[in-house]
Amino acid sequence: MVPAFEGRRFEKLNDIIERNGRTPSSLIPILQEVQEEYRYLPEEVLTYVATALGLPPSAVFGVATFYAQFSTEPKGRFVIKVCDGTACHVRGADTVHFAVRRAAGLEPGRKTTDDLTFTVEQVNCVGACSMAPVVTVNDRRVYGDMTQKEAAALVERLRKEAEEEPVPTEGAGDGVGTAGERAADGAGGAAG
Amino acid sequence: MLQARLARALETLRPRIIVCEGTGCLAKGAADVRRAFIKELEKRGPGIDLDLALEDPDEVERRRETGVAAVTPSGCQGLCQQGPLVTVEPEGYLYVGVRPEDVPDIVQAVVEGTGPVVRLLSDRDLSQARAADIDFFRPQDRRVLAWCGRIRPGDIREYLARGGYSALAKALTEMTPDEVIEEVTAAGLRGRGGAGFPTGKKWRVTRDAEGDKKYVIVNGDEGDPGAFMDRCLLEGDPHRVLEGLIIAAYAVGADEGYAYVRAEYPRAVRLLRRAMAEAERYGLLGEDILGSGFSFRARLKEGAGAFVCGEETALIASIEGRRGMPRPRPPFPAVRGLWDRPTCINNVETLGNVPDLILCGAAAYREVGTDGSPGTKIFALAGQVERTGLIEVPMGSTLRDVIFGAGGGIRGGKEFKAVQIGGPSGGCLTSEHLGLPLDYESLKEAGAMIGSGGLVVLDEDSCMVEVARFFMSFVQSESCGKCVPCREGTRRMLELLTKMTEGTATKADLDLLEELAGSVKESALCGLGKSAPNPVLTTLRYFRDEYLAHVTEHRCPAAACLELVSFEIDPEKCIGCGLCAKACPSGAVRQVDRADGTPDGRRRAEGAGGAGAAAKTSAAKGKARKKRLPYTIDDELCLRCDACRAACPKEAVRRVPRKTVRDRSGAAATTAAGD
Repeated sequence: MVPAFEGRRFEKLNDIIERNGRTPSSLIPILQEVQEEYRYLPEEVLTYVATALGLPPSAVFGVATFYAQFSTEPKGRFVIKVCDGTACHVRGADTVHFAVRRAAGLEPGRKTTDDLTFTVEQVNCVGACSMAPVVTVNDRRVYGDMTQKEAAALVERLRKEAEEEPVPTEGAGDGVGTAGERAADGAGGAAG
Repeated sequence: MLQARLARALETLRPRIIVCEGTGCLAKGAADVRRAFIKELEKRGPGIDLDLALEDPDEVERRRETGVAAVTPSGCQGLCQQGPLVTVEPEGYLYVGVRPEDVPDIVQAVVEGTGPVVRLLSDRDLSQARAADIDFFRPQDRRVLAWCGRIRPGDIREYLARGGYSALAKALTEMTPDEVIEEVTAAGLRGRGGAGFPTGKKWRVTRDAEGDKKYVIVNGDEGDPGAFMDRCLLEGDPHRVLEGLIIAAYAVGADEGYAYVRAEYPRAVRLLRRAMAEAERYGLLGEDILGSGFSFRARLKEGAGAFVCGEETALIASIEGRRGMPRPRPPFPAVRGLWDRPTCINNVETLGNVPDLILCGAAAYREVGTDGSPGTKIFALAGQVERTGLIEVPMGSTLRDVIFGAGGGIRGGKEFKAVQIGGPSGGCLTSEHLGLPLDYESLKEAGAMIGSGGLVVLDEDSCMVEVARFFMSFVQSESCGKCVPCREGTRRMLELLTKMTEGTATKADLDLLEELAGSVKESALCGLGKSAPNPVLTTLRYFRDEYLAHVTEHRCPAAACLELVSFEIDPEKCIGCGLCAKACPSGAVRQVDRADGTPDGRRRAEGAGGAGAAAKTSAAKGKARKKRLPYTIDDELCLRCDACRAACPKEAVRRVPRKTVRDRSGAAATTAAGD
């Protein structure tokens, strides 16, 4: 399931390492950029980064497994995070989580669908408590005041998006959401 | 001089339409609204844009003959519940819930000067046309948030035009570092990140610490569930925080600094990064700032999703590129911090207080707030309250002012039960605390803490044992694992609380929980572990009855613990629409008149409700086709996912104490989350 890691891709990795500097304090920014690029941290990348920074692989694995942001497993094209902060929790985050998992077709104990379309995670707090319960997609689109019904509809829209456009186009900015969708692009050029 | 020119330029921007692009409003479609404004204004003539105005005010003045109004995005305007929000200046009208189709009306009103569009005002009430007239804003005193929601965030020219960086200029040119520290000390500013440590003292210790190299760090790793103040401040007025950081660096004698912002806030990261680059271009950051000879470089580090990194020694480890684990203090970071150098770490909001404090002086700063806790505090108001959002009130305001004044009371006319303050380090307070002034000492006395400022209001439907379990599960998953009391203690506490919410706990478990809470509080290594038992201890203190009901009767008084409830459909309210049955993932919901032979039908006779309904069915058989018969739920098949209740348009589905006895072997087979 893990795609073979070709030489071409190591070039990009080298770029990332050079840009951040070969010092131990650059480790986290490097891993963040690597994950942005590959959407997870393949094992061979971790050992490569360790060698490049002159760190023992255990230190790099230690960091990669400590922080919630990092994943050593491939993630789906859509990473759906269901917020379970206090405000979301008391407004029914659990039931929204249930609905999202159900719509995504996840078996108990699984976080990612076999076809790598969806990864569903319950996260601690995305800091949008005023519109609880909240769901985010790929950290950029934020959906508030979710209900079970809307959660299921959201998953269906994403599924359709994946079918219509099998190769993901990254960094599409403001244009990500479809017209009728209540989407917020957290990283878009809105204030620019 | 530059400031005066920019201020004049801003004047030419009136009228100005400000569209809130805080996270809440964006999620509700604010970006579409702003695009609609631009389109609509273009129809009527060239819109005036901010960039042009700031570059060449005269040109804007000429254009105004034909141009109509300026449109600007802003950070959070506060009333997140009713977004997307639009403010129109100079009048200051606040429109709520604006959709793209409302845009032409607003533009028309602006152009023709016909007053506000009443149907888009809060409560459609003309007397609430301006923000200051709305109950939500009445108890507030927006000082740190003065420009948040009113300026284009991160645009240094606009910040300058509003008097920004004057405090930095004053500090660098008129004050010595010692004088800056004295001013902050005299003002009594206390750390807004939670503990309330006096900021002046922290700066003093860092300044006096030995070492030729020192650091300052702004802590933007806001991870408390229920808190979003720092996010809004960074997204709404990043330069204010940056200015505070530069002043702090000058005061403690640091030439290098970091902004540590959690990666979950991509917009805050982007805006702050941009603010840093612009400040550097304007000579406010970098070498020889404002010709004073003081140099300071700042860099931004993104957090990687670890709550414990809000703890200062863990944050330092994270910046150094290691696992974010705290270490014992002392030595405090002020003495030995980042790369073993003296390091001053302040919270985002603390630094946001600094510019005004320096500019207006300690005496003016002390005008609001209490003696022990001067100034204002920003709170994130969320949960079961009518109006959620971002508020800033003087320290010492009461919980009642906040929850019932600004917040407008409890949603849907329910009863107030408790307010969770200060996240996983804080506690739950009850209605008897509504008169309690919000300041560091009063809250500590009540067993809670101000924390970073998250206020989550709970109503009668919340179970306090379940809330305690929720926080324990949070702390447990965020525990870094370094010290035993936190790593093991919180795990055991979580197990005990889980047993209680599942109805398998005994009185002995309750005693053990209480004992454990005390030990963890006393022996954990860092703030996270030490404060982890607070939600348990406060709920035990104020809601012991609920704990007892869980351990002695295995009953959840609030009917919230899913393992301890059954779902029931009120046959009187049910209209037989079938939405609940469609929503049910386990086929537990069936219509009472369905003929035998369907897969679910064989279970129909079981349970009291089922039997009664079945009897009714035969009597009503003839009419079955005319009036759709109600549905019923098979308790044994029910997964307790709440889907039916959410789907019901008539609120006919309700939670009641559990009907079927659960297998008490402890091997819980049914959990709502499914994983």
